[in-house]
Amino acid sequence: MISRLFEKIVGRIDGPLMAALALTLALGLTVVYSAGGASLDRVAGQARNLAVALLALWLFAHVPPQLLMRLALPTYLAGLALLVGVALFGEVRNGARRWLSLGFTTIQPSEVMKIGVPLVLAWYFHRREEALRMRDFAVAALLLAIPVGLIARQPDLGTALLIFASGFFVIFLAGLSWKVLVSLVAGGAASLPFIWSVMHDYQRRRILTLLDPMEDPLGAGYHIIQSTIAIGSGGVLGKGWLNGTQAQLDFVPERSTDFILAVFGEEFGLAGNVVLIVLYLLIIGRGLMIAANASTVFARLAAGAITLTFFTYAFVNMGMVSGILPVVGVPLPMVSYGGTALLSILAGFGILMSISTHKQLVSS
Amino acid sequence: MIVGTAFRDPQRNIVVFRNRLTFAVVAILAAFAILLGRLSWLQVVQREYYHTLAEQNRISVVPVVPNRGIILDRNGEVLAANYSAYTLEITPSRVANVDRAIDELATVIDVQPRDRRRFRKLQEESKNFESLPIKTRLTEEEVARFAVNRFRFPGFEIKARVFRSYPQGELASHAIGYIGRINDADVKRIESLGRTTNYKGTDHIGKLGIEGAYEEELHGATGSEKVEIDAGGRAIRSLGRSEPQSGDNLVVTLDLKLQRVAEEAFQEYRGALVALDPKTGEVLALVSRPGFDPNLFVDGIDPVNWEALNNSPDKPLNNRALRGQYPPGSTIKPFMALAALESKKRSPEFTISDPGYFTLAGVAHRYRDWKKEGHGSVNMHKSIVISCDTYYYGLAVDMGIDTIHDFLTRVGFGAKTGIDIEGELQGLAPSQEWKWQRFRQKWFTGDTVSVGIGQGYLLATPVQLAAAVATLANGGTPVHPRLLKGVQDGRTHEVRDVPARNGQSLGIKPENLKLITAAMVDVTRPGGTAARASQGATYAIAAKTGTAQVIAMKQDQKYDEKRVKEQFRDHALFIAYAPADDPKLAMAILVENGGHGGDTAAPIARQVFDYYLLGKMAERKPKLEPRDDEEND
Repeated sequence: MISRLFEKIVGRIDGPLMAALALTLALGLTVVYSAGGASLDRVAGQARNLAVALLALWLFAHVPPQLLMRLALPTYLAGLALLVGVALFGEVRNGARRWLSLGFTTIQPSEVMKIGVPLVLAWYFHRREEALRMRDFAVAALLLAIPVGLIARQPDLGTALLIFASGFFVIFLAGLSWKVLVSLVAGGAASLPFIWSVMHDYQRRRILTLLDPMEDPLGAGYHIIQSTIAIGSGGVLGKGWLNGTQAQLDFVPERSTDFILAVFGEEFGLAGNVVLIVLYLLIIGRGLMIAANASTVFARLAAGAITLTFFTYAFVNMGMVSGILPVVGVPLPMVSYGGTALLSILAGFGILMSISTHKQLVSS
Repeated sequence: MIVGTAFRDPQRNIVVFRNRLTFAVVAILAAFAILLGRLSWLQVVQREYYHTLAEQNRISVVPVVPNRGIILDRNGEVLAANYSAYTLEITPSRVANVDRAIDELATVIDVQPRDRRRFRKLQEESKNFESLPIKTRLTEEEVARFAVNRFRFPGFEIKARVFRSYPQGELASHAIGYIGRINDADVKRIESLGRTTNYKGTDHIGKLGIEGAYEEELHGATGSEKVEIDAGGRAIRSLGRSEPQSGDNLVVTLDLKLQRVAEEAFQEYRGALVALDPKTGEVLALVSRPGFDPNLFVDGIDPVNWEALNNSPDKPLNNRALRGQYPPGSTIKPFMALAALESKKRSPEFTISDPGYFTLAGVAHRYRDWKKEGHGSVNMHKSIVISCDTYYYGLAVDMGIDTIHDFLTRVGFGAKTGIDIEGELQGLAPSQEWKWQRFRQKWFTGDTVSVGIGQGYLLATPVQLAAAVATLANGGTPVHPRLLKGVQDGRTHEVRDVPARNGQSLGIKPENLKLITAAMVDVTRPGGTAARASQGATYAIAAKTGTAQVIAMKQDQKYDEKRVKEQFRDHALFIAYAPADDPKLAMAILVENGGHGGDTAAPIARQVFDYYLLGKMAERKPKLEPRDDEEND
């Protein structure tokens, strides 16, 4: 009886993936405690976020891939409607029109698209499996370009890039030919001056800052200078938990959220960073295995894109905090304080688990 | 549509997918390898560099300002001391609208217009990120009231600071001087002395008097404290401290009680008095009237008070004792007589018959004696006692200006006495050479005639006169007046006396000195020009009165009948030492517009001598009043 109940609860959970996630999340809470100034309030808040996100994971793990596939297009269309709504009636906060008031709450529709875009593309390629043509890639590109364009206009370049990446991964895994890929990359490189010319001032400044943070050490360069000092001064073994001077004395800005890697790197050193990267690699590896073994086109593409998107989050954040990528608002997945990103990431892993366990049921 | 047909086979689709996954894995591994490379670069290769930066971020070395040494008089009375008090300070760069914030502050604690004026002046003089006092010496209640409301005043801070106070107020203010906030000129001076590090954290510096001259001793050595700070610059905890070394306490030569007697003796008159120990050159009293309250300068003087002090026609900020250059008038006569004896141009017995004027051979102009009808037959002794001008006209001409110049220079005229506070002027002992250099003009014999009675080009400061009379008193050794008596080490509290640094004896013949002394003693006896002021003295005073002509009124002075009359009145001078047989005190007194030296300056000397030699205050203070009806000099 009890084992049946246990089976009911964890039956859809992928063991290896869950183990790696759990370790990473535990590490995340430890760092949040330190970054929050050794306050349990922050940890408690993050634990609440985590509970919600884990519930989402559990729910998505129970949604069969076939149902997900049917929901993909409506989700996408709803998301698109909301994005248009934002563009027309959205609330402006901090100079960006990202929020939509629904009367009882405000939402950020771009978050919906983090799941909606890869699913709808996977759904589309699944439907065209038998007769995949060049034209289908063009349609897929359009499906991707509309929401990315709307989000980039808000402006929210970080999210737009991540959603673009998630959609691009689907197209890439679906088999867009190398010739087209190479010519796209070449075309993209050629249009860099144009992109530069349409970028916002603050976006240009972030890129210039990356090239030379000391240009403006107390302004635009401050974040990146202080975070590299924090990481560098941590050395191989770190200064010890709760002992990072850069972090505890407030020199690292946004130390609980986007720049939490600086706190982690300072207190746990290179050793800690290696552990974190290994955990991420385990998660990514398991995700790619699930994708490789998935039984349908939709499942493969969705699992692959979700995993690669997760990688993108991790890499962009770590690259930004360590000073090799420009500053964009991307949290360190499963470590940074905050509920929204955690929710979409764990929901994504719920989908992975659903793909993983439902396939096994089908094959057995 | 080759591409289109290529994807028909689902099996091939899987192969393509797996190839793509493999490519992704390679890309992911490469990306993390780059990341690890970057992290290793930061955390292994560059670790020391970033460690240093982090330590610099976190550790701030804060100067710990030493306590300034206190200043005591020779009997241990406190002239300058320190006390702690709360001040309310504003960092203008952290306040959006300073004026409005101060208005709001005024609703919480009392803010005087004076406080605002001073703050505005400080603000003009300093940088925006410096913390400047809006109100000093807050009461406990004010501190509490502000603390309750402090959230309303970002950029305002209560600080505990050490203040300088001058408990004696105006008394001896010119000798003690004052401290004030460090200005740009001070910064340059500190830099040129290579003492910038020692002044980190110090806001005030000695500006004048003892405070200025002995700044180095009084300041002490600045210590430092290593503190851990957060990104907002707030100190979190101390990591170590090197203690500052307090400044040395200074014991000055002044006798405050004597100083008080001397200052009060001036009543409402302007003027100066310098009283010396003739053997050591120690300055027992140094008066310049009117004085000022040095406490006004401590927190930065406000513009209104500053204007009042600076523009007052009485010039209270001018240290007349060191910077007032006056014709010495008849007080020069004992020195002229001595010069004539030493140069053998006169014998004591040489006698003239004074018709009341003097003429140069071949010139019609009559140089008049102050006594129209003349003094009759006058020898050297009598010339001093009754202050005969005619005697000295001839004496000066016979000596010639260069002989006069040489002797006066030997007893200290025309050069700074070297008193150990700043600002002294050197007066003027003229010579042929000097006139040629200054005016490209030949020296005329007529010039010498005026110099003979202490007029003409001759100028002396009160401290020069005091040093010269002390030289007469001590048997002919030049003295260098000084205000510093001893230094009390800030740490060991040991008092180290400053040795006297008198010059070598001038080698004046004792019988000549004796003769001059005898004449000066008779000045204070019946028949002498200072007889009245010396009535009833139980000790012998050797003295000489003098009167210096005030020549012209400046154009910018307003017309005021009473005042003009006073301003045209002569300056009264008096030099004296006592007891004449064993001098303990030598002094020079100048009373501006005081008329005759015997009327206004001599009574001041009497009160000071009585107090110093007998330990008693004069029973009735004589009213200092020049009498125009009586003509004596």
